[in-house]
Amino acid sequence: MLARNGLAAVLPPLFGVSALVLVWALVAQGSDYLPGPGSTLTSAIELFSDPFYRKGPNDQGIGWNLLASLGRVAQGFGLAALVGIPLGFVLGRFAMISRAFQPIVSLLRPVSPLAWLPIGLAVFQAANPAAIFTIFICSIWPMLLNTALGVASVPQDYLNVARVLRLSEWTVFTKILLPASIPYVLTGAKLALGIAWLSIVASEMLTGGVGIGFWLWDEWNNLNMEHILIAIVVIGVVGLTIEQGMNLIAKRFDYRSH
Amino acid sequence: MSSYLEIDNVSVVFKARGQSFVAVQEVDIKVEQGEFVTIIGHSGCGKSTVLNVIAGLVEPARGGAVLAGREIDGPSPERAVVFQNHSLLPWLTCYGNVHLAVERVFAAKESKAQLAERTNAALELVGLSHAKSKRPNEISGGMKQRVGIARALAMEPKVLLMDEPFGALDALTRANLQDALMDIQAKSRNTVVMITHDVDEAVLLSDRVVMMTNGPAATVGEVLSIDLPRPRHRLQLATDPRYHALRADILRFLHERQGHPVAA
Repeated sequence: MLARNGLAAVLPPLFGVSALVLVWALVAQGSDYLPGPGSTLTSAIELFSDPFYRKGPNDQGIGWNLLASLGRVAQGFGLAALVGIPLGFVLGRFAMISRAFQPIVSLLRPVSPLAWLPIGLAVFQAANPAAIFTIFICSIWPMLLNTALGVASVPQDYLNVARVLRLSEWTVFTKILLPASIPYVLTGAKLALGIAWLSIVASEMLTGGVGIGFWLWDEWNNLNMEHILIAIVVIGVVGLTIEQGMNLIAKRFDYRSH
Repeated sequence: MSSYLEIDNVSVVFKARGQSFVAVQEVDIKVEQGEFVTIIGHSGCGKSTVLNVIAGLVEPARGGAVLAGREIDGPSPERAVVFQNHSLLPWLTCYGNVHLAVERVFAAKESKAQLAERTNAALELVGLSHAKSKRPNEISGGMKQRVGIARALAMEPKVLLMDEPFGALDALTRANLQDALMDIQAKSRNTVVMITHDVDEAVLLSDRVVMMTNGPAATVGEVLSIDLPRPRHRLQLATDPRYHALRADILRFLHERQGHPVAA
């Protein structure tokens, strides 16, 4: 029974992936540029056999490039969480402040993160902090807005309990606002990380240095199509892992799932 | 000699979209210490508004309320509220929910052990000792409402306010909780103001029933003393002519004199 369920869970995705590889192989046969699955796999094995080599600043293993990108995302996202989540709490709790910030947020939120890159470069005079700044800007909005939404949608019943008990603002925060809005905060964080991972690849293409985005662009300059395909898969796998990780965390901290 | 709780000439006006709406007008209710008073009326007649004035959650436009010689000014744990939808915090256990209230009221002068004892005693009182480490979404609606009552009673309020506490429950669970509430009252004689729209509930539980006219600008229509002896048992009352007479009085008020103006 368990084996049958296991098969039912594994077979369809396996079939989907096989179909994709098949189409890829067929298309590659008729193309001068697109490498087939075979040569890509050979190239990947070679690449991942030594992911952490260093042959100068612009020629490092894919592992280093990946870690550099993840590091930037972690820093930009971390800073955005430090600023965005507390600010979101303030905006959600105090309608007046929320109204004051509303036009700014509405105007800046739809701007592509890459539009901020020149400002980052101008302010910091260096590529790395500029990329981190870009990540910071693009990941702050979802966290800020979701936190504010979470706080603003705490049911009035819970706040009435707080009023009848005359709880201090601090107790209201720790016992009611914080636990009630954690699911929203984590949703915001998940969205932010997703956008951050999308943006880092693009900003690294522009800033250069070390990073998976830069590496991908560098391989384009080398016309190494196998490596570009590998980079795409690696970026996808890392993004998926981040998302699944966030889902696990969100589930762990959501009071509704206990 | 003034009463323990006095609602004196209270009018409440709500403002919405620039229009003001008189919810209740010139309401006078007096409640003695240890008395169980229910307020009954059609929905939308402002029963809950009156309760919220006593709770301090709504400020009257005119008039005021005085409890034990002190003017009511804002919410306070001395006027505990049992909300219709239980309002338990879902991330706390039953114990945690009651303890939050106990802690707020008694932490200043009592030890941790005493706080724990109070919390356990309150859960025991409502018969939920076995479920104390469960979270609200793991227990039934009736049990949630019991926790809400335990939380309110644990605060040792001067007056217990109940806003249609059993309104969302099925008939059997409701009867069950009414009996539990009567048991608790027999032991601890709390001063209670309860909102209901259930005539049987009002007669069964109350010392007096305050009947409200229809809104807007609802006010007290009639007050009926329920002089049935206690302890009361629902099965004996079912064949008691006095019970039926009282019930008929309330029904007459609600359906003849205050027949619902809006199509119900």
